[in-house]
Amino acid sequence: MSSQITPANISQSAPGHFVVSGSWTARTVADMNQKLAAIVDSDTPEVLVDGSHLQAIDSVGVWTLQRQFKKMRDAGRSIRLLDWPPQFQKLLDVVEKQLDIPVPAPPHHSLLETIGRKGEAAWQGMFALLSFIGECALALLRIAPQPKRWRWRLVLKNIQIAGFDALPIIGLTAFLLGIVVAYQGADQLRHYGANIFVVDLVGFAMLREFSPLITAIIIAGRSGSAYAAQIGTMVVTEEIDGMRTIGIEPIDFLVLPKIIALLVALPLLTVFADVTGVFGGMFMARSQLDINFHEFLVRFGSVIHLSALLVGVGKAFVFAAIIAIVGCYQGFRTKGNADSVGRQTTRSVVQSIFIVIILDSGFSVIFSILDL
Amino acid sequence: MQSATNTNTAAPNKSPNIIEMRGVSTRFGSHVVHADLDLEVRQGEIFAIVGGSGSGKSTLLREMIMLHRPDSGTIKVLDTDVLALSPGEAHILRQRWGVMFQHGGLFGTLNVRDNVGLPLREHTDLDDTLINELAAWKITLSGLEPEAGLQYPTELSGGMLKRASMARALALDPELLFLDEPTAGLDPGGAGGIDTLVRSLHELYQSTIVIITHDLDFLWQVTDRVAVLGEGKVVGVGSMSELAQMDHPIIREYFDGPRGRAAQEQAQTQAGVQQHDKEQPWTQK
Ligand SMILES: Nc1ncnc2c1ncn2[C@@H]1O[C@H](COP(=O)(O)OP(=O)(O)OP(=O)(O)O)[C@@H](O)[C@H]1O
Ligand SMILES: [Mg+2]
Repeated sequence: MSSQITPANISQSAPGHFVVSGSWTARTVADMNQKLAAIVDSDTPEVLVDGSHLQAIDSVGVWTLQRQFKKMRDAGRSIRLLDWPPQFQKLLDVVEKQLDIPVPAPPHHSLLETIGRKGEAAWQGMFALLSFIGECALALLRIAPQPKRWRWRLVLKNIQIAGFDALPIIGLTAFLLGIVVAYQGADQLRHYGANIFVVDLVGFAMLREFSPLITAIIIAGRSGSAYAAQIGTMVVTEEIDGMRTIGIEPIDFLVLPKIIALLVALPLLTVFADVTGVFGGMFMARSQLDINFHEFLVRFGSVIHLSALLVGVGKAFVFAAIIAIVGCYQGFRTKGNADSVGRQTTRSVVQSIFIVIILDSGFSVIFSILDL
Repeated sequence: MQSATNTNTAAPNKSPNIIEMRGVSTRFGSHVVHADLDLEVRQGEIFAIVGGSGSGKSTLLREMIMLHRPDSGTIKVLDTDVLALSPGEAHILRQRWGVMFQHGGLFGTLNVRDNVGLPLREHTDLDDTLINELAAWKITLSGLEPEAGLQYPTELSGGMLKRASMARALALDPELLFLDEPTAGLDPGGAGGIDTLVRSLHELYQSTIVIITHDLDFLWQVTDRVAVLGEGKVVGVGSMSELAQMDHPIIREYFDGPRGRAAQEQAQTQAGVQQHDKEQPWTQK
């Protein structure tokens, strides 16, 4: 017998007499449906299907054939199989019996319903976030009087990862930002001969706004996402459940150390960003506006008040809490699979940056009312 | 050339062995898992690999299906030396077998039906309706309700996961089917169901089935030959009744426990029915 594989084929040798030949397998039967339609359309009441030239057939091939045969039987015609290799008989029988297995369709939602569901989910999500914040606050109150349970090692480790390890990227970014701010200002100030005011510009802009904001955004992308991914993966692998059953509260173990660590790290990083940012501005002032370091620093000391630094650092505390809580919260919201971990991680970053920026503009309004 | 799709082809076989492992050694660091191991699986049989936890069964299976490279030795599967394949050849070879992993290995982002349909979608030009019908059929063949097709892997119980994973392994009518612990973690009824399922699939597709299992009833009821792994080697291979006569200590451990005895007795009372089934395949009907 030839071991060469020929493509699937079906041909009519006489009216009502069809010959099935070649190899009817998943890869070769895709275009057979049309040819089969020819049998369905032929109008002899009795159809003979000769299988003696069949080389190979798998369940896809059998399914394709039986599906058409069934249509014909339903139309009241009879089908007879002639000379089919015996080893295919069982498959033919099984498929014939099971052809009308229902194919359940996924439920379909209308546009309105989808919008409704999304809205409802967002609404519920807001409450869930609030309740998570509440849980964290309660847990914090619970362990506050017991310094033994503060898990200092975890806190320190988190400070190292979220704070110390982020120094280079924060330093560089703030430095460049300082350069940009000074450069943008330089052009305008030179027109008015008000070169020295670049100090006010850089000082206030960096200390009050840009340092806390850029630090928070980088840390949200760097640490907030890591928190969500870590906790999310632990949810998927049932580690969180395991932790609960051996009597460790996931919030105490996973969330509080991160919040505490970030509350320490983010303000410090912000101060560091202040320093490198102002240094960037100083650098630019010297090269573009002929203000040397000494002049810059003298002016800096006389116009920039401590309050500018404190406003920035104060904001950093709030941002730290937001980033840690949103990151952990989104991690805990993970459901089941790897895809969900990715989705929650993205969500944690987008949401925390969004909240940070909203709060930042809120702060601007409040501070201007308070005249700070 | 041999058919790249299924055993129902008329192509003659070059070797009676569908899998041949020679002198296979595997180490993880200093931990030796296989030391100069030899193993053969014959065309068309239901072959089981047993052995204690950590004896390297799953690793052996991973080596057969090119997920792990042994440190030395040769492995031939379906007349191909799997250690010397180009990526293209490996890709083609992989489509000729189906694997059910110990932990399911289903894709969490797809529902069961799409998991089962995925190999067909990837490797054939069939249209969606047909693929969905075929997937629904394979899902029922594996013993699940058709409705389970719309569920996601995380929503399934352990036993349902195994069945869904089996359905995916069957998607392309594999010539060679690997099952890692198909009955582990199932209730006795469910495990019994898998017994019958494996046997009827074997009849239906005439494929060779390689099973890793700890389940003694399953071994007696379903398998043609069994290899016992221990000390990094195959310490014994043969039918269950042959193994029952061997006196290697690792093999004796398997048979002499109370569970081993019970399974053996039960199998012997059913022996008549079994033999009849095996020697009279449906082809002769
Ligand atoms: N990726 C790996 N890295 C290091 N060691 C491994 C790795 N995979 C397996 N091992 C080791 O190889 C040995 C055999 O593992 P394997 O999973 O094959 O066991 P098994 O026989 O399938 O056991 P079980 O019956 O529990 O499934 C174990 O000791 C395991 O620790
Ligand atoms: Mg294993």
